[in-house]
Amino acid sequence: MNFLLEIGCEEIPDWMIPAALESLREQTHKLIGEQKLDGSIVLLDASPRRLVMRVDGLMERQADSEELVMGPPKSAGAGAATGFAKKMSITVDQLSTASTPKGEYFSFTKKVAGRNTEEILASRLPGIVQKIYFPKTMFWTGKGGPRFIRPIRWIVALFGDKVVNFELAGVKSGNVSQGHRRLGSACVPVTIENYIEELRKNAVIVIAEERRAKIRAGLATLGVKVKEDAKLLETLTFITEMPTPIVGSFDPQYLELPSEVLVTVMRHHQKYFSCESADGMLAPNFVAVMNTSGDPDGLVRQGNERVLRARFNDAKFFYGVDQQRKLAYRVEDLGKVTFQAKLGSYLEKTHRVVDLVKELGGNADAQRAALLCKSDLTTEMVKEFTDLQGIVGGLYAKVQGEPEAVSRAVYEHYKPLSMEDTVPSTQEGLIVALADKLDTLRGCFAIGLIPTGSKDPFGLRRSAQGVVKILVEGKQKYELKWLCGEDPVLHEFMLDRVRYYFRDVRGFKYDEVNAVLASKFSDLADADVRLVALQAVRPTENFEPLAASFKRIQNILKQAEFTPVAAVDVALLEVGPEQDLHQQFIEVSARAKDLDYLPALEAVATLRPAVDRFFDKVLVNAPDALVRQNRLTLLNDLLTGFSTLADFSEIVVSS
Amino acid sequence: MDSFQQTLFKLKNYWAERGAIIQEPYDVEVGAGTMCPETFLRVLGPNPYRVAYVQPSRRPADGRYGENPNRLYKHQQLQVILKPAPEDVLELYLGSLEAIGIDLTKHDIKFEEDNWESPTLGAWGIGWQVMLDGMEVTQFTYFQQCGGIDLDLVPAEITYGLERLVAFLQGVESVYDIEWAPGVKYSAVRFADEQQFSVYNFEMADVAMLWKLFDLHEAECQRLIEAYEGYEDKSRFPVLPTYDQVLKCSNIFNLLDARGAISVTERVGVIGRVRKLAVGVANLWQAQQTLKLEVA
Repeated sequence: MNFLLEIGCEEIPDWMIPAALESLREQTHKLIGEQKLDGSIVLLDASPRRLVMRVDGLMERQADSEELVMGPPKSAGAGAATGFAKKMSITVDQLSTASTPKGEYFSFTKKVAGRNTEEILASRLPGIVQKIYFPKTMFWTGKGGPRFIRPIRWIVALFGDKVVNFELAGVKSGNVSQGHRRLGSACVPVTIENYIEELRKNAVIVIAEERRAKIRAGLATLGVKVKEDAKLLETLTFITEMPTPIVGSFDPQYLELPSEVLVTVMRHHQKYFSCESADGMLAPNFVAVMNTSGDPDGLVRQGNERVLRARFNDAKFFYGVDQQRKLAYRVEDLGKVTFQAKLGSYLEKTHRVVDLVKELGGNADAQRAALLCKSDLTTEMVKEFTDLQGIVGGLYAKVQGEPEAVSRAVYEHYKPLSMEDTVPSTQEGLIVALADKLDTLRGCFAIGLIPTGSKDPFGLRRSAQGVVKILVEGKQKYELKWLCGEDPVLHEFMLDRVRYYFRDVRGFKYDEVNAVLASKFSDLADADVRLVALQAVRPTENFEPLAASFKRIQNILKQAEFTPVAAVDVALLEVGPEQDLHQQFIEVSARAKDLDYLPALEAVATLRPAVDRFFDKVLVNAPDALVRQNRLTLLNDLLTGFSTLADFSEIVVSS
Repeated sequence: MDSFQQTLFKLKNYWAERGAIIQEPYDVEVGAGTMCPETFLRVLGPNPYRVAYVQPSRRPADGRYGENPNRLYKHQQLQVILKPAPEDVLELYLGSLEAIGIDLTKHDIKFEEDNWESPTLGAWGIGWQVMLDGMEVTQFTYFQQCGGIDLDLVPAEITYGLERLVAFLQGVESVYDIEWAPGVKYSAVRFADEQQFSVYNFEMADVAMLWKLFDLHEAECQRLIEAYEGYEDKSRFPVLPTYDQVLKCSNIFNLLDARGAISVTERVGVIGRVRKLAVGVANLWQAQQTLKLEVA
């Protein structure tokens, strides 16, 4: 038997839909499994006004089953047996006996009739629907009423051709859906088989992939070159039931405004795709996606063009006003903009960042960029389009005649904005971005604003992540501890971010990261090179066994409470494996010294047979104290001699 | 083509026919129709209520000396409260657009997530901005909390931005070109207002005096809130005048803000002071209403 569920709802925020469907899927799988109903989900989809699921191949009712009920022990006597039988609603002679390690017990094999699937669905669906995950929910029937993302207005629940009857938030399930708000009927009777088609007749495309495809196809036939934007496409797919793209245009005079501003207005404020001309420049067109089937009179196009014109006019006005006071003069205005109560104004922050850039060895352009980088916070453009902070500063710096190195550094100094984002593209940009983030981190940590759990109001994790990315990918050779202003708490916090970066972003194994972080790396760019080498040498035949031996050496030294007293006394070395190991160690050390990390690690790995033979044939714990101390010294040399490359004892060997 | 006032008449009629009391604007300065007692206080408690009114709403920081075609220091909102929200409330709303001459089969309507929150009022709700051909024409909110109190009945609040809506209907680029009444432009009615209040708000408002006024209204409000406890006949206690003091504080806060006299960090503190008053009054109102219900 097949089952169809449609939860009809007022417009659900687009970005919440995928997670909601996933939670519906999980709960349904759980129900099917627990209740042994078989069946599989063949359709799980949504539009803004409906979450839809179809499950095919459900059993009509559960199979009958048997349950063994244990009664009192036989030793309890006839009275207990009578009591148990009465409780089971049977006679004593129907009881059987079960043998257990604790003795013999009365028992009864109860037959449990399978329940109707329809009945199970009816009783469980209200709970399942209410447990669908949404980040923020509301009540609408009154205080204490059921919660959901938006009010539920209808429910279709069909098992075969029958309605699964239940009620939720005063809404009774049925077989009647609703079409598009304006193009469809508010009363659309459906069956499981004709559901998709009936809704299509009522101007609703239920399947998201179909809506996505319709938008894509539309974009391709509008006669303009649309800039790809997968995220916007997703948003538009889930805020429409009948998506139809239309193209509009704007006065080319607005192209004089920075394209970043135009794109932000179109993309973020209006959810429009922007268009390119043949030369890759912004074209004076946009594509809006309507939630209706057409625009025969061009009214929707005109409306959208009018809104965009007003927005662009605002931007143009802001641009003009902003040019009346140059960024260089706006720096002092930052004294009136608070950065943080205890850390002072943005002017004070600016001075700190400039000083830090000097300390980091930034050139005159970097220092100039540091001075100007926050000054766009006082511009009308940034007040209106806060996402464009930094970018606006960079654009203004350029038109106000600042050198390219300065304007670019200002433009890029918030980068990287995420782990996917790139780091600034110039040395000046890297240093200013680094100094800005470090100043925020040092300042906040100094006054105890340290992120805990999910609380991170100043976005310090992101700043720290940005620092790590800049250091590694921007190849900035500063020592981490020094960058942290010798603050041990901040240093530990940064190391956490370093581990996260190398493991989760770059995909190194955690023990490789530990091995390198425990080595004598000079800076994170260096740690990166070491990790790459370590990862490359790891699968080679000798490496892991040798790492295991290093671990063993570490344990031996620890147990022996070894402290080095003197260098290895060659005269005390036994002929054979011990002398061989010493000899090879000297050779490899000499060789590795001048090699890059990878060949050096490969050279170290060649020690494996000698180490194995040593442990095989030589007794470390020799009776003679001097010999013992000498052997431990040899092992210690071996361990510490290469730990500058990576701490091999941190490597976790699989077998 | 309907004039501004004609469109207003139609909207008021539409909601009057659907059981709403038509109120006149509240006579204390407010930043939004939500702040009027007709909304802020009436949404509290268990009594159903339907009301619609135009509220001139002052946003000193949005003033542009009458020079920007879309931004106003004072704009007109049509505020509709349906408590509790009927099941077909969104359809009713769409019907109101049709009532003022918008053929929705020829236009594009989208409901985009936009949850409303007013930190100064301790109020928030869940809802959408309604987009008509890419323009936000209405804010639709299901109130959840007001003055920090969970609401017994969930009201729908429908707030129309009238200038935008009518500019759209009349197809004009600037709000100042809207025909207010036949032969009379919006600019003739409101330009002086926009210009002069921008001058005052941005250039001449005396910051020290404003702070003094803020403190005075806050103190008066606080004094009244504290007086409730010992007041004998609670049913006649002046909760509504107490609330006026909150509105005064809120408006002065907005003026100080426009004047650039409040830093980002101070802001949070001042908002907190206003919210404390708003929450205090909301609780008094709720208590007084419960009392009246018990008596009746």
